[in-house]
Amino acid sequence: MDTDRSEDKPPERLQDRPKDRPWVMRTYSGHSTARASNELYRLNLSKGQTGLSVAFDLPTQTGYDSDHALARGEVGKVGVPICHIGDMETLFADIPLGQMNTSMTINGTAAWLLALYIAAAERQGVEPQALQGTTQNDIVKEYLSRGTYIFPPEPSLRLISDVITYTVKNVPKWNPVNVCSYHLQEAGATPVQEVAYALCTAIAVLDTVRASGRLDAAEFTAAVGRISFFVNSGVRFIEEVCKLRAFGQLWDELTCERYGVDNPKLRRFRYGVQVNSLGLTEAQPENNIPRIVLEALGVTLSKDARCRAMQLPAWNEALGLPRPWDQQWSLRIQQILAFETDLLEYGDIFEGSTVVEGKTSAIKNAVWAEVERVTDMGGVISALGYIKEQLVASHTERVRNITAGDHTVVGVNKFTETADSPLYSGDSSAILKVDEAAERDQVARLQAFRATRNQAEAETALSGLRTAVLNGENIMPASIRCALAGVTTGEWTQTLRDIFGEFRAPTGIGGAAAARTVNGETAQELEELRTRVRKSAATLGRPLKVLIGKPGLDGHSNGAEQIAVWCRDAGMEVVYEGIRLSPEQIVTSVRDEGVHLVGLSILSGSHLRLVPEVLTGLRAEGLSDVPVVVGGIIPEDDAKDLRQAGVARVYTPKDFEMLRILSDMVEVAEAAA
Amino acid sequence: MTQPAHSTVDVLANFNRQALARALNLLEDRRPNRQAQALTLLDTLSTLPASAHVVGLTGPPGVGKSSLISRLIEPQVQAGRRVAIIAVDPSSKVSGGALLGDRGRMQLPGQVYARSYAARDRLGGLSREAFSAVFLLRHCCDVILVETVGVGQSETDIAALADTTVLVVQPFSGDLLQFIKAGVMEIPDILAVNKADNQELAQKALADTQAALSLARRPVPPESAAWDSPVLAVSATTNLNIDTLIQALGAHWQHLQATASLEKKRAAQNLEWGIGEIVHEVGQRGLAALGGVEGVRAAWHQQPAHWSVVRKLSVLLEDVQYRTSSR
Ligand code: B12
Ligand SMILES: Nc1nc2c(ncn2[C@@H]2O[C@H](COP(=O)(O)OP(=O)(O)O)[C@@H](O)[C@H]2O)c(=O)[nH]1
Ligand SMILES: [Mg+2]
Repeated sequence: MDTDRSEDKPPERLQDRPKDRPWVMRTYSGHSTARASNELYRLNLSKGQTGLSVAFDLPTQTGYDSDHALARGEVGKVGVPICHIGDMETLFADIPLGQMNTSMTINGTAAWLLALYIAAAERQGVEPQALQGTTQNDIVKEYLSRGTYIFPPEPSLRLISDVITYTVKNVPKWNPVNVCSYHLQEAGATPVQEVAYALCTAIAVLDTVRASGRLDAAEFTAAVGRISFFVNSGVRFIEEVCKLRAFGQLWDELTCERYGVDNPKLRRFRYGVQVNSLGLTEAQPENNIPRIVLEALGVTLSKDARCRAMQLPAWNEALGLPRPWDQQWSLRIQQILAFETDLLEYGDIFEGSTVVEGKTSAIKNAVWAEVERVTDMGGVISALGYIKEQLVASHTERVRNITAGDHTVVGVNKFTETADSPLYSGDSSAILKVDEAAERDQVARLQAFRATRNQAEAETALSGLRTAVLNGENIMPASIRCALAGVTTGEWTQTLRDIFGEFRAPTGIGGAAAARTVNGETAQELEELRTRVRKSAATLGRPLKVLIGKPGLDGHSNGAEQIAVWCRDAGMEVVYEGIRLSPEQIVTSVRDEGVHLVGLSILSGSHLRLVPEVLTGLRAEGLSDVPVVVGGIIPEDDAKDLRQAGVARVYTPKDFEMLRILSDMVEVAEAAA
Repeated sequence: MTQPAHSTVDVLANFNRQALARALNLLEDRRPNRQAQALTLLDTLSTLPASAHVVGLTGPPGVGKSSLISRLIEPQVQAGRRVAIIAVDPSSKVSGGALLGDRGRMQLPGQVYARSYAARDRLGGLSREAFSAVFLLRHCCDVILVETVGVGQSETDIAALADTTVLVVQPFSGDLLQFIKAGVMEIPDILAVNKADNQELAQKALADTQAALSLARRPVPPESAAWDSPVLAVSATTNLNIDTLIQALGAHWQHLQATASLEKKRAAQNLEWGIGEIVHEVGQRGLAALGGVEGVRAAWHQQPAHWSVVRKLSVLLEDVQYRTSSR
């Protein structure tokens, strides 16, 4: 027998090549107050986490101080409130910023939070040159999915460009922008859409930077090298491997061809990841752990396309906010993957795989075609409406497939039989509850801060900011002066709101395709529902008209969009105005539009404040006979309270059967007539 | 027939929005007793002056009609005018449902009344409910801004309702201009080329639009009623020329009054609408049963002057039913 020489060689193992360095391990966290979050961060670091990922509360993300009317009930809920430099210093107390790698999920107010970070570092005696981390700073995906935008596209792009040009010169180790595809997948995007629209965003950003004329050729090339990405990874992990390989190759080609970057190192596709959370379920939530593990494989298996940083959601993702133990379990997944398995011991295991190559190039081709389509429309900003419609349509497809059973979700539409769970009994005890006192505490400290700061200095700094904005100067130096002078988040943002104005993003539902023929049973059910809706006009006197409302600062639009589109497809007339409405605005719409039913969608955890406000407003307008249903992340205890307060029905993610929800809605409307 | 309480009418005429909403709910209600109430209400209101300026904005989806309306609201409210908005969106042919999203694109101050309608079985046009709403609102406020989706022929409805029709187009609206040139589409009173924040495109679009207008076949209007439709480059995003657009709206309104053509125009529109509704409801056969267009015209003019147009129509429709069934 011929002996193959290579058989004598031991397989490539740890002893032959150094093990790869693991990715940065983070947990997306923050809540209540800067002090409470600081404690949590230090705890997380002590467990072996290697970087920080800051979740801000919605008022901070949308530029309101904790004592603003629109912030009521939202302070410290889904993240940490940061109103001024004092909060920022508290957040990082005893965490040496010179050594930390901090990722901040901040967009509309990114320039400001970076200014606060730089100022807080200065107070710790740390030079900007030493700072490492990331500001998310991608406004396009805020318009398309995430919802914490403030200003119109043009000034928003200018702010992004200002942050880039400033950091390239002054904070060279900072990632000024994390172009996000993550949130697109969370809004229903297919892998091709995810990559294509993220690339279009990167093009818009880099084109703006180039056109700003602030950077010379070498600096611009450096800026291209600083662009990083924040991607998603779903449970179809082989396709995800291919997607990320395609993404990397496309970025390499784009930066070479469009931006003339010669140095391959600066063309490298650097990305962080949060794995898919849209597919994590409320039913049998323990099944989410295997899902998360498989999703993590998608971004780690292929060495050539491996992530630089990772954060994983928790098993109780669809129930509410994770507790420290829940987050620890997810951190352990990362640690097991990196330190127990042999993952980091090999080169790229897909090298030479024709299957992976084929899939990768198919994705690449489809992505290019979509990028070209958007380019022909004048680029990502001009195409916002089109892109949003595409996302809603893809998500509608996904929901339809789950409803029809074409897309299997274990424990949800298949294998639903279950023993009692020792982990979760259906009550509200398995999630983090934010102390209601945190908001009062935060507001009191904010007001004390304002009372003791040097008012004249703050005002001078603010007028300097105004001048800088109006003169088209880079906003960062004036913002850092504001930070040091004790200006607040609300003041900084209001100054810009006064100059730039505000924006409302397209909802994408107008053009969403009507439910295509679903398979047998579901199609028939839909037809029956349509008949039922048509007949309800006799009871109601006119065609059933509903309003789907999104009160508060909550940007989770998926559920509302899907309910709206499906109501339309069932034959209802549907008023939907998009996200971030005040309870008063919703009440006015209900009155003016003469709807038969109001459906509120709230996933931000502020339902116990917002829903009663809407109910009170309706009563004041003499509309207490209009029934209200509510959907979203509503723990069962709260659902009881809401029903007690007069809400007709409450829905949560486990209610995935759209047609059943819709037929309920008809019933509720008819009963009230 | 029960008379609506006079207080109701007063409250409506005072632009009380709770009462307006209830009245418009009533106008849509198809239950016979409600229909009777609705007709009585409209009759009573028609004794009041119909002093609101009805402005129709039409154009293809996405050109920025809602955004423009949003820009038109504030200056009018500032000037102390009572503003109402009617926005119409197409209904799905498959399901009959509709997504009504226009108000989401508008900044609506508390003083404004805004309501959305589905086109229902009218192709991108105006349902009877939307017409009735405008008939009612004419007596209750100063300005009514009506948004309808229109491409080509399907927006003719708005011309039968608005005192002033504004066609909104955007750069690259070649198809639409073809319609104008071919005379398929009536010439609007004002043409607004939106999205003129993009200077280069806007200039070209202006030129195209002007060329299309000058090529269009225009019926020769009576001397006194001549109105030269202005073409304006505007931007809802940057507020460019919004004041000019408001001036043009005012100028057209003045023009209608100065030439005493408002009454005539509305009377003609009402009849045109009535005929359209008859054809829609009972077809050409029904129309023939009433003696065709001429028969309807004669009947329409003989009906009591204090009847609202909606009653005029409903009586004629009853008449058709009577005639066709007694045959
Ligand atoms: C997708 C998602 C996102 C997307 C949203 C994209 C979008 N445009 O909607 C992105 C990535 C942008 C996102 C961002 C954030 N998210 Co998020 N997100 C989710 C996730 C994973 C799924 C939600 C979803 O879209 N489901 C699909 C839709 C179809 O389901 P649904 O909305 O639940 O609707 C169903 C029912 O609830 C019901 N329903 C819902 N509404 C209505 C209305 C009516 C009228 C009716 C009848 C029924 C009904 O019917 C639907 C049919 O099944 C959930 C966790 C989870 N798995 O549920 C977290 C979750 C909601 N997010 C959360 C948080 C904290 C955030 C952030 C605020 C984080 C931060 N600090 O920045 C941000 C900011 C968002 C913002 N601006 O408000 C928390 C909320 C915690 C809480 N309530 O206490 C959750 C629960 C995750 C967690 N455990 O921490 N998120
Ligand atoms: N660049 C630009 N975009 C505009 C302008 N007006 C509206 N838009 C955008 O065009 C899209 C459609 O606007 P909308 O008012 O809903 O159009 P409608 O369908 O005609 O009512 C939105 O995304 C607007 O932001 C404008 O003047 N300039
Ligand atoms: Mg519109």
